Amino acid sequence: MATVKTYDPEMLRAERRRRENLRRLKGLGLHILLIAILGVMLYPVIWMVLSALRPEAEIFGDMGFIPTTWTLDNFVRGWQLYGDLTFTRFYINSFIICALAIVGNLIACSMAAYAFARLEFRGKWFLFAIMLGTMMLPVHVQLIPQYIFFLNIGWVNTILPLIVPKFLAHDAFFIFLMVQFMRSLPNELEQAAVVDGASYWQRYWRIILPLSMPALATTAVFTFINTYNDFFSQLIYLTDTDRMTVPVALRLFLDPSGGSSSFGGLFAMVLVSIGPVLGFFLASQRLLTKGIATQGFK
Amino acid sequence: MASVTLQNLTKTYAGGALRAVSDLSLEIEDGEFLVLVGPSGCGKSTALRMIAGLEEISDGAVWIGDEFVNDVHPKDRDIAMVFQSYALYPHMSVYDNIAFPLQIAKMPRDEIDRRVQEAARILELETYLKRRPGQLSGGQRQRVAMGRAIVRKPSVFLMDEPLSNLDAKLRVQMRAEIASLQHRLGVTTVYVTHDQVEAMTMGHRVALLKDGVLQQVDTPSNIYNKPRNTFVAAFIGSPTMNLYWAELEGQGDTVCVRLGSHLLKMPARSRAEHGGLSRYAGKRIIVGIRPEDIVEASTIVNADPADCITAQVSLVEALGSDVIVHLGIDAEAAEVRSSDSLDEIKVEAGKSRCVARFTAKSNVRLGQTVTVRLDTERMHYFDGETGLSIDG
Repeated sequence: MATVKTYDPEMLRAERRRRENLRRLKGLGLHILLIAILGVMLYPVIWMVLSALRPEAEIFGDMGFIPTTWTLDNFVRGWQLYGDLTFTRFYINSFIICALAIVGNLIACSMAAYAFARLEFRGKWFLFAIMLGTMMLPVHVQLIPQYIFFLNIGWVNTILPLIVPKFLAHDAFFIFLMVQFMRSLPNELEQAAVVDGASYWQRYWRIILPLSMPALATTAVFTFINTYNDFFSQLIYLTDTDRMTVPVALRLFLDPSGGSSSFGGLFAMVLVSIGPVLGFFLASQRLLTKGIATQGFK
Repeated sequence: MASVTLQNLTKTYAGGALRAVSDLSLEIEDGEFLVLVGPSGCGKSTALRMIAGLEEISDGAVWIGDEFVNDVHPKDRDIAMVFQSYALYPHMSVYDNIAFPLQIAKMPRDEIDRRVQEAARILELETYLKRRPGQLSGGQRQRVAMGRAIVRKPSVFLMDEPLSNLDAKLRVQMRAEIASLQHRLGVTTVYVTHDQVEAMTMGHRVALLKDGVLQQVDTPSNIYNKPRNTFVAAFIGSPTMNLYWAELEGQGDTVCVRLGSHLLKMPARSRAEHGGLSRYAGKRIIVGIRPEDIVEASTIVNADPADCITAQVSLVEALGSDVIVHLGIDAEAAEVRSSDSLDEIKVEAGKSRCVARFTAKSNVRLGQTVTVRLDTERMHYFDGETGLSIDG
């Protein structure tokens, strides 16, 4: 004889409510913790933003978090660093270097990557291994020989040491990134182009390069960010004040000898200098994530 | 247009240890449609790629027309190739995809436009010219790939399994379209496929490869009706040919084939056709019988009991147009493995599978015992050792 199966719907509902409440409570606790961590992380940034918006004398004088007087004076004074020398010049310098570095990296790294990914030539794997090896070499090891070399050929205090290497496929990481991407493109596409009569150059220019757009975008974005933020090499190779770039110019606000430093102007210009990187990143975010996702780089 | 000649074409890998294609010799006439068919890994695509110049030739020679092309660059061979994946350039429009080889050849713009429009008209692609390949269906993509091939007006078309990415219905349609296009254009075509239906329906001749070795090259009808060996016999035809070990027994003027416990009388016509059988008296041979040559005895008036055997039905597959019936017979199956081997389906213990094709009207049921008549006039005979066909 079959047993009669019964259940209490009210009890089931009560149990479901209890579980729901517990889940919400856990969620609330987690969010409070995360917001607290976020606050700690963001505090210096918020402090800098607020300091840029308060009078110079108040920055270290007033311990309050919110300024007593709001002002944009720091931005105006900061931009006109001294005399005719304004940040307009530094931005132009930075953008020229960034633009040339991007063009150089895109052309040279993609050509080198095409050769490694698609062509067959003697010593390919040996050269590829050497190229990968250069990625593991610390920048500081190369610094002095490179500086002496550029000094000897008279390139110091010009933008050439910052640009020319980019046109010679100097960034092994970007070559590697593009090699990986190009290898993932179907071989048949290129074979079809071979049968259609395309030369090496036509295959690279008309087939492989347009299809490598996500990898090219990733390279462009990272080159921009790296070059724009590159303080060190711009500091050592560009010595004239009117050739300086934004990160190097920011240093001019501080007087390391203990004289008067303009922290208000510094904070204001640091804030402004974040703009291009943020804008470039946001504008190319979609392509960037696509490129990174395709490569499995996280 | 041009003929294609392959002479002892060989491809080896790993320093000669691995032979993908062995001494392949073929004479493909001007305007002919030749299908290279064989199971996966038999070397048919490698052979095609050697004709295209995409694969280095280890040994042998390729002629296109009168030109020896072994060392000629693919672009100078006057060929066009259609790939399995179509290899359409995804960043270009359909127009640019078709125009690409002409642009590369630096043809005048108006001539390119005229040719692209003409190809688009032939392939009914006029309305899709501005789209990207990603916005097209499988069949349309296939047509674009064809367009890119015909627009150059090459001497030879090379096609590497161009229909294998399509669904069954579209494949049938495109099969007919390609065959009719080739007929209209009259361009020499080498077509690679693993699908025997494509091979049988499209080609003027079919070349069957196994492990890189040419097994038979002949018209589809001859390949089907006069297979040169057991491999060809088992590969072509679906369901595959039934192959069994048998013995020839002579009783005066009469020659019989002992198939398990059955003794089938060999008709005089067969004896004349397969004159070579006289050398096999008392020896073990392999006999082959196609499923359609096995019919229900009850449907034939005055069926000779000497041609009939009784067997139990182990599986019935009603296809609508006909019925495929699996029977268990007490003959010893010959071990010829083909791509569509049915060894996994069980038959009665101690029995061998025998597949028959009955008419749609048949109402045989699973487990039923039926008497079937074997059309002994259409039986095939193969040497037990070499597997080669025994004929005159």
